[in-house]
Amino acid sequence: MTSILITGATLPDGTTGDLHVRDGRIAEAGGTIDRTIDAAGLTALPGLVDLHTHLREPGFEQSETVLTGSRAAAIGGFTAVFAMANTKPVSDTAGVVEQVQSLGAEHGYVTVRPIGAVTVGLGGTQLSEIGAMASSRAQVRVFSDDGICVSDPLLMRRALEYVKTFDGVIAQHPQEPRLTEGAQMNEGELSSELGLTGWPAVAEESIIARDVLLAQHVGARLHVCHVSTAGSVDVIRWAKARGIQVTAEVTPHHLLLTEQLVRGYDSRFKVNPPLRREDDVLALRAALADGTIDIVATDHAPHPLEAKECAWDEAANGMVGLESALSVVQAAVVDSGQLSFADVARVLSTKPAEIGRLAGYDAPFAVGSVANFTLYDPSVSRTFTVDQLHGRSVNSPYLERTLPGQVMATIHNGYATVLDGELVDIETVAAQVRHG
Amino acid sequence: MRHLLSTKDLSRDEAVAILDIAEDMADVATREVKKLPALRGKTVVNLFFEDSTRTRISFEAAAKRLSADVINFSAKGSSVSKGESLKDTAQTLAAIGADAVVIRHHASGAPNVLAQSGWIDAGIVNAGDGTHEHPTQALLDAFTIRRRLHGHGARGKALDGVRVTIVGDILHSRVARSNVWLLTTLGAEVHLVAPATLVPLGIDGWPVTIGYDLDQAIAAQPDVIMMLRIQSERMHAAFFPTAREYSRQWGLDDERLAKLPDGSLVMHPGPMNRGLEISANAADSPRSTVLEQVANGVSIRMAVLYLLLAGGVS
Repeated sequence: MTSILITGATLPDGTTGDLHVRDGRIAEAGGTIDRTIDAAGLTALPGLVDLHTHLREPGFEQSETVLTGSRAAAIGGFTAVFAMANTKPVSDTAGVVEQVQSLGAEHGYVTVRPIGAVTVGLGGTQLSEIGAMASSRAQVRVFSDDGICVSDPLLMRRALEYVKTFDGVIAQHPQEPRLTEGAQMNEGELSSELGLTGWPAVAEESIIARDVLLAQHVGARLHVCHVSTAGSVDVIRWAKARGIQVTAEVTPHHLLLTEQLVRGYDSRFKVNPPLRREDDVLALRAALADGTIDIVATDHAPHPLEAKECAWDEAANGMVGLESALSVVQAAVVDSGQLSFADVARVLSTKPAEIGRLAGYDAPFAVGSVANFTLYDPSVSRTFTVDQLHGRSVNSPYLERTLPGQVMATIHNGYATVLDGELVDIETVAAQVRHG
Repeated sequence: MRHLLSTKDLSRDEAVAILDIAEDMADVATREVKKLPALRGKTVVNLFFEDSTRTRISFEAAAKRLSADVINFSAKGSSVSKGESLKDTAQTLAAIGADAVVIRHHASGAPNVLAQSGWIDAGIVNAGDGTHEHPTQALLDAFTIRRRLHGHGARGKALDGVRVTIVGDILHSRVARSNVWLLTTLGAEVHLVAPATLVPLGIDGWPVTIGYDLDQAIAAQPDVIMMLRIQSERMHAAFFPTAREYSRQWGLDDERLAKLPDGSLVMHPGPMNRGLEISANAADSPRSTVLEQVANGVSIRMAVLYLLLAGGVS
């Protein structure tokens, strides 16, 4: 396998030094060198891990595939993604999750860890075969009906209890369905003005409140997906203070964008949960900084053009986010001084890996660790365009915006998937996977 | 004027100018030949994704009185119902050379999407979108109020100090929204009365006062009371217990009609639910402007189409 020397990289703790990669792992200095990467001025981050990605395959390959989503992830600095279960067929059996995992392994751009559905067909009435998925080759540890809330409190209790057997976690999409019927955007003054049905904050907060109490009651792990309101932060902070096993994620877009963008009815800004108010954005940033919110997760949600080029009410929810995540995090919380790159390493890599029970990310730059890292230049800025999107869909809210930073290289399992800011071609990656 | 999407975007001078041009257009209706050559050679498409015979006919009459060619396109039973998107439809209309598109759509913001998309270069007129706005309805309401108050001396005037009470389903009413923005831009004082379930959240930022008691609102002696239609589907969605209770609490019955001050106006955008939000006597009384509103609608729509296709406000 190729050996790589990375010179002059700045590690998350601020120290500068060389990194040696040999046989897929971080190595001591010495030995032959096949490739040298000059990383002067670049920040080395542990390989980013996204706990919340929609890869769409099987079933919605016109939006994304495991391959195209993996490419989008790699160019964004990710080395592992957790693929949500709302595929077709739903990832609710050992067969489907093994298929998703093996497609990821075959392509080699990132490690793909499937998420299993909590309920059969995301139907919300019967637990799926959680045990079979957990003991399959995919070793599923995260279970979620994301896109749909597990709203039945008894079923949620049972799911929380059941995954304890496998050290699993339920990742809940917190959305009280009755309070959000027909919801189109954040409920408030602007929704009233625009005539769009409101998605009230309390619909999220009430489910989180219920679920943390259930998690406490049964002693299980709960993960809250895409927290979007200041009130939700308050509930999670309260739960953590009581010692409840709850973790939470925020998306890059909820850290940067507000509901004011909806004013033009541009459906690129339609997402679930919706973009909220400035006060919510500030509360989310503060919660990420103080650890109330544990991680950033993209909720990368690709959709084809026709699902977005229509009236607002008819447009699909969701936006792609893998390629822009690190830049958006820098814009939202690093450049403001709220988070350091050491914090970024925690919220975008080590902690999501820990929540998802993904091995090999706890000591990323230690000698002997699997070499998964990214080299990032935080000093540049770029106009974000469709050319920088490498998935199958282009529904990004950042098109034509100026974003800071650029991923210059991504190393996955010791081989390069991105070099000089460009994706390594598929044949080269596949050859490296074979030779690994 | 490039498009008319909302009354919120209109300045006071623009709004007064539209009303003044509508006065000129209203004069045309009094002539033996009710027609002007202003839009000869222009094509106006009435693109209706929702049923609305009244509004469509009004726009059609307005365009024809200005000598435009009119194409009526009902989305029902068309290719739209077979899955054709707004984009496909817009590009089809662009290909046939539409100069203006009058669009009614069940989705809030659909006219904005059409205007900003680049799919079509025509002027866009919002003829009612979801629960967002219905700007020509508000303009015809303002026109009607101004004519009643100022008669033939209305030109150039706004509605300063006129007290307007709007009653009913504010939450779902595009007519209410457009009227709130336009009437207050023109200087009117707007008071909203509704059950709390039908008051939009976040309304505190609107330039209006809000109450829940219709009798109190009538006791405050408004110059205009505008009753909104209660849609039948609302009655089964827990917004209020029963039609009877709604009628008792928020209906303009004969007793409340009698308490209105002399000279006050009773307005309704139609179609009316007689006996629910408005009694037959109130609807047919001399105070009622319902039929004038319909007639004035043609004048307003002529003014808007003229401004879009034959020149700006000057």
